[in-house]
Amino acid sequence: MLKYILPLILFIVLAVFLALGLNLHPNEIPSPLIDKPAPAFSAPKLQAPTEKLSQTDLKGKVWLFNVWASWCASCRSEHPILNQLAQQKAAIIVGLNYKDEPEAALGWLAQLGNPYDVSIMDQDGRIGIDWGVYGVPETFVVDKQGVIRYKHTGPVTPEDVQQIFLPLIAKLQAEN
Amino acid sequence: MKRLSIIGNCSLRCSTSCIHAVVFLLVLSGIACAGVEYREFANPEQQEAYENLTSELRCLVCQNQTIADSNAELAADLRRQVYEMLQQGKSKQDIAQFMTDRYGDFVLYNPPFKLKTGLLWIGPVLFLLIGLIAVFLFTRRKKTAETVEISAEKQQKIRSLLEKGDQF
Repeated sequence: MLKYILPLILFIVLAVFLALGLNLHPNEIPSPLIDKPAPAFSAPKLQAPTEKLSQTDLKGKVWLFNVWASWCASCRSEHPILNQLAQQKAAIIVGLNYKDEPEAALGWLAQLGNPYDVSIMDQDGRIGIDWGVYGVPETFVVDKQGVIRYKHTGPVTPEDVQQIFLPLIAKLQAEN
Repeated sequence: MKRLSIIGNCSLRCSTSCIHAVVFLLVLSGIACAGVEYREFANPEQQEAYENLTSELRCLVCQNQTIADSNAELAADLRRQVYEMLQQGKSKQDIAQFMTDRYGDFVLYNPPFKLKTGLLWIGPVLFLLIGLIAVFLFTRRKKTAETVEISAEKQQKIRSLLEKGDQF
């Protein structure tokens, strides 16, 4: 009897592990920055390079930090969704123009629309390293205290907006 | 004479295209050289620390490569970061901490032994033990199967079959 049951059990165990493996996302590395204060930065604005923006300017506000670049193909698919999100004015959207040429970035915004309240430049990728950026696009949600509450790696989908971002933003807006 | 000049003309054309090819290759090699990083170190220890660190940190873009092996832009940025921090006199531990603060334990090819990484470290030993136990049980069962007594009648039959076989 055991002769027949044992392979069956082994098969089931293997199948369960393989099924779990199929649903893992090894490219999504959990960020150690969740529930930590947003890393400090002070960077020139894309549209006004003489002015700088730092994370302290955003204190008391709920903001999204979206890492994007004109060379990033997935950012293009994400862009209309950000435009829609921006129209709802649920939170401030700050763009981190990551390792990009300012002209190319400005051209991209002129062509596809600008969902960002402000974009800052990170041409040498140092702010990206501080924020643990490894795959553009990435989107962080920062609360009023300046603490990172959520990180999304890869393009944001309309489902993500409805199911994750909007409820989280509403919750954070209600906090003091 | 005429024929010769044609040949000469041709060879001239060939040589210009050769020059073009050489120029093209030089340009290419120039591009390739742009990927090489020159680092100057204050002492051999610092260089060793740099080489150790870059071969122990994972490139997060191409996750099966170290930042020393990877050509990804992020890997180049992280190498620059490691180099700069070494220049500032930071220790290896400081730099490893800097990286894990930003990217988590995943960035280390030698992650620390924690509850979360426990299975990673114990896993291979565990599987070895399971394998050894399985081999032990399997061989023991086989041994008991081999020592089955054969009746005298059956032995007689075997012998007669073997003798018959010899006749052919």
